[in-house]
Amino acid sequence: MKPFKKISYGTYFLMSIIASFGLVTNSFAQVAVSDAAFTKMVRESFRAEGIAGLDRIEQDATQKLCSDTKFLMTKAGAKQAIEIQKQNMATIQQPSDGNYIGDWKSGEAIAQSGRGATWTDAKEVVVGGGCYNCHEINKKELSYGNIGPSLWNYGKNRGYSKELMTYTWNRINNSKAYNACSNMPRFAHFKLLTEKQIQDVMALLLDPNSPVNQ
Amino acid sequence: MKLRPIHFQRYLTCVALVFFTLNTQAQSTADEIAKYREMIADGNPSELYEMAGEELWKKPAGPKNATLEKCDLGMGPGIVDGAAARLPKYFKDTNRVQDLESRLMTCMETLQGISAQSVIDAKFGVGPKKDMDAIVAYVVTHSKGSKVNVSVKHPKEKMMYEMGKRAFNFQGGPYDFSCASCHSIPGRRIRLQDLPDITTPEGAISGWGYWPAYRVSSGQFWTMQQRINDCLRQQRLPFPIYGSDFTIALSMYMAQNANGGIIQTPGLKR
Amino acid sequence: MPDPMRIRATEKDGIVDVKILMRHDMETGQRKDAAGKTVPAWFIQNLNVKAQGKDVFNAHFGSAISKDPFLNFKYKGSKGDKLTVSWLDTKGEKRVDELLVS
Repeated sequence: MKPFKKISYGTYFLMSIIASFGLVTNSFAQVAVSDAAFTKMVRESFRAEGIAGLDRIEQDATQKLCSDTKFLMTKAGAKQAIEIQKQNMATIQQPSDGNYIGDWKSGEAIAQSGRGATWTDAKEVVVGGGCYNCHEINKKELSYGNIGPSLWNYGKNRGYSKELMTYTWNRINNSKAYNACSNMPRFAHFKLLTEKQIQDVMALLLDPNSPVNQ
Repeated sequence: MKLRPIHFQRYLTCVALVFFTLNTQAQSTADEIAKYREMIADGNPSELYEMAGEELWKKPAGPKNATLEKCDLGMGPGIVDGAAARLPKYFKDTNRVQDLESRLMTCMETLQGISAQSVIDAKFGVGPKKDMDAIVAYVVTHSKGSKVNVSVKHPKEKMMYEMGKRAFNFQGGPYDFSCASCHSIPGRRIRLQDLPDITTPEGAISGWGYWPAYRVSSGQFWTMQQRINDCLRQQRLPFPIYGSDFTIALSMYMAQNANGGIIQTPGLKR
Repeated sequence: MPDPMRIRATEKDGIVDVKILMRHDMETGQRKDAAGKTVPAWFIQNLNVKAQGKDVFNAHFGSAISKDPFLNFKYKGSKGDKLTVSWLDTKGEKRVDELLVS
């Protein structure tokens, strides 16, 4: 293999000037936005509709932290993130009947459905997991997103230990127990999916007979 | 297993080939979609809305029985050419930053006597909102091909941009979604729908420069306000009030990020 | 009177390229509304284009034609041809628009 071409210090300096120019031009527009002013704008800009009430724009501690991209990059922010993870972990409940694995056929249907929880959804609409929106799961399903990692062969690759069962259960229930600003919704925390639905999604991932593990 | 140097090189070539093939597959799909878009660009039903909008601009309406021909969209009364490219902007007469829809509501109210509230309350695509769709189509067509040219000078414009950045990152609702959840990293997609990274100029113009647009899948013309409305619905947030500051702030954030990019509206979407 | 069509017609080397964009909901009669009721069929059934009074295009549309249909065809003609485009839908509504070929 050829060694890297040597780049002169001058070029590095020029590159960093150009890079910081982007930051500088942004900062010309910088003006402080007070929490009070922002919160006022949010509260005056929304109304309740259908099942979507105004409680949805009142942020909890997790949402407040993860909305503050600047603070997250500081030492204090990183510390707060660990605290938030602990708080989320503490709310997770293990299955009431002790079963981690349900029915994978039903799990696939839940993973496919992106329905529910919007203001056009009736209260009775069964909320889906929307899993394929972000993940590859069964390789046969070509229409999948890439916001989350592929879950193909999830159990096959990792084994079927009790630790993995618990970890996966926790992750689906409340992903922010492991990553404070994970993009994945907290399915149990906000009562989006029922215990049975989560057991079925678990089966999709961790039943050795599931198509995902073939 | 220890890899001997020569096997490692072959391995790298294999990986590179596979990656290249996958990439070219993805690229040829993207090319085909671009070809399809070019084919259907002729006969964009947005033109029907634009025609209707031009008529509404020139037709006397409302209790004052006046036209919109004196409406000041930021470049002086009645000037439509290039106006949309400069919005949102600060307006002295209302002392606030306004996007196209809220500025049109101001004009409808002051010139024609049509209450802004009646437009806000109407359902999308019905009555006053249907008229609004057409007028928006008309106005944005007159900025097609221009560069986004949104001012950052006025303190309220600066403030609106910062509010918009904060609104973009605002996590809420039972899914903890913010705009950033989907639109802040390149190469993301939901199912097979590519998501522009709106924090960058290229991503911002692909969104800001293409809406309002005619959506083939629903046969509807959507203004930017309606597009933002549906995003917030899918984020599982409550209903954003039409023309509210939160929506204008988001528009300001997107528009400024898109500054210098070419406007393609009215667009044609799947 | 239904909404106007958007028509463009340009001539080159003796061939006129005609593009017509029609505004119509084109209900197939298969769709159900939010309440579950079937939306009745309502679509453009006949389209006729005359150039200088002579038929150059005749179409009989079925329910498969999409909403706000776009039609593009060519015929042998000249600049200045007077085109008359008319359509008739299943409710008996009619729209006629005229254009000179440029």
